[in-house]
Amino acid sequence: MLRRVISTWLIILLLLAGCGGSDEDAEGEAVGGEGEPFRIAIVMPSSTTDIAWSQSMFDSLMAVQAEMGGESALKLAYSEGMFRVTDASAAIRDYASEGYDLVIAHGAQYGNSVFEIASDFTDTSFAWGTSSDTGAERGFENVFAYGAVANEGGYVNGVVAAMLSKNDVIGVIGPVAGDAKLYIDGFVRGVKDVKPEAQVNISYTGSFSDTTLAAEAAHVHIQAGADVLTGSAQQVVGAIGVANENNVAWLGTQSDQISLGPDVVVTNQIYNWANVVVDMIGKIEAGELGGTAYRLTFENDGLRLEFNENIEIDDEVKEAARAAIEDIKSGAVDPVLPEDE
Amino acid sequence: MVDELLTVSTLIGILHSCVRLATPYLFAALGETFGQRSGVLNLGVDGIMLMGAFFAFYVVFEGHSLWVGVLAAIVIGVLMGLLKAFVSVTMQSLQGISGIGLYLFGLGLSSLLFKTLIGSVEGVSGFRQLPIPLLSEIPGIGHILFNHNALVYLAYLMVPVSWFVINRTTLGLKIRAVGHNPEAADTLGVSVSGVRYTTLMIGGALAAVGGASLSIGLQNVFQENMTNGLGFIAVALVYFGSWRTVGVLGGALLFSLVNALQLWVQALDIPVPSEIAVMMPYIMTIVVLAFTARQIQKPAALARSYERGE
Repeated sequence: MLRRVISTWLIILLLLAGCGGSDEDAEGEAVGGEGEPFRIAIVMPSSTTDIAWSQSMFDSLMAVQAEMGGESALKLAYSEGMFRVTDASAAIRDYASEGYDLVIAHGAQYGNSVFEIASDFTDTSFAWGTSSDTGAERGFENVFAYGAVANEGGYVNGVVAAMLSKNDVIGVIGPVAGDAKLYIDGFVRGVKDVKPEAQVNISYTGSFSDTTLAAEAAHVHIQAGADVLTGSAQQVVGAIGVANENNVAWLGTQSDQISLGPDVVVTNQIYNWANVVVDMIGKIEAGELGGTAYRLTFENDGLRLEFNENIEIDDEVKEAARAAIEDIKSGAVDPVLPEDE
Repeated sequence: MVDELLTVSTLIGILHSCVRLATPYLFAALGETFGQRSGVLNLGVDGIMLMGAFFAFYVVFEGHSLWVGVLAAIVIGVLMGLLKAFVSVTMQSLQGISGIGLYLFGLGLSSLLFKTLIGSVEGVSGFRQLPIPLLSEIPGIGHILFNHNALVYLAYLMVPVSWFVINRTTLGLKIRAVGHNPEAADTLGVSVSGVRYTTLMIGGALAAVGGASLSIGLQNVFQENMTNGLGFIAVALVYFGSWRTVGVLGGALLFSLVNALQLWVQALDIPVPSEIAVMMPYIMTIVVLAFTARQIQKPAALARSYERGE
């Protein structure tokens, strides 16, 4: 009997230890200071260090916090690894009931939960993305939506890929068909605009987090002749490792991925959410709790293309990338779909 | 289009991918076979793999050699196996639930340690391709089988080694006896707990090396939850292989073959919807399971705690 009791407790302990560490305050308790700090909570599908979607928002929030003067001005709380929507939904509701000023649900899959909870907490502001739906036409006044026009950076990365590729074969590793569509469509269009004859091989792993399959996909692309690779979602860490080992160029998106492949990552399209967050804070403080749908573009500095400073890149390539960005900003290029489709 | 898939170089590419992809599954599933043959179901394999992946990566990241990394994985794997044995054998808790607990423990602790000790996703220089002299020169087969990194070879080497230990040694006899009829084994003086502790430690070590094969062999990075449920597929492969090492090898290869095939189908732009391609390995698994649902070799005492009659 005693044995059973002890073992039950052991299991509970194991479970608790396992669940710990995913739900925490970024900066601990806010200390004193003049006035109440603005409080933001965020729920993310993957980790703050995924070098992709979740990290892009987390890094932006940290930057805004630093800009505003630290935790006495902006208090952050986050829950990461919320790939199960039911868990995320519970976390969103918890944060709303704890009185956070803004609760960010950082995933398109959280949409239903956001609207359900937003109707119960009309004094709390919510934001979610990728989406352009603020629910305004259904009477919601406390929901912001946001998204990145990822095809813009995709296009520029495509231009760079076409210029770097000697074999004229380029490999793309996507997570789930559909999700990365914008980026990949823009990418293919960029490649074709520079080198119509180049071949772009696209493969999906069917998962956001299957690093093993993403790594193998990179091997496959390389064996099929690709000498430039790109891909999206947190799974790409495995693929960048393979690119590194084979010394094949990698073009990143969402977050800065140079740390993983210091010698092979050529460019990164970086999502900079800082302006979006700052704007939302301003609106909320002015009493406007939602209704705006934000889009990250090169034009509004929400998208940035950064070159890896540690490796040598032809000026011609850099120049072409800059020209492509200018063309997108001016509207001369509309990086929507490959022309031939 | 389809004829593109049937060129010799593509076929070699597919088989090469298949052999490499099977590596982590092999380590984990062979380890699980030891445990299950002795009557212990360990669903915590994925957690052990994550701990192994992390410790191997961390040790290498800190500047130690790759083999020290593998050793670190083995040590942590043995410790995780001991923990599982203590909970399941000594404390006799329900094996399934305590395994899930162990999985969550490994998942959480590896993430926490990663956040605390490393903080951001970094790369290391892992095991390099090690073509075996002469053998790797054989056209076709050479590239498919003998042009991999050391951990890949080690995984395949573990197949005959595991077979030998389970079927041709005294320990193996004890393992099988304990898994089949612990009461009888106990009567004959075999320590049921001792054998189960041993198999869980072996299984833990193998699972952890399987994790290391990802973090310092195949991907050379560590990311939270990088196994992505691979350990659970490994558990399924043990059933798939009817608790025989050769069956496990066949299952791991088949699953990896279909995975490799779907990646190539997509990369070569063969007109199959990517959703279908991604489903292929799982469809195949279900089909094969349906046709080979024989449980002749199933250890009779699997997932049952043993308590000496009072």
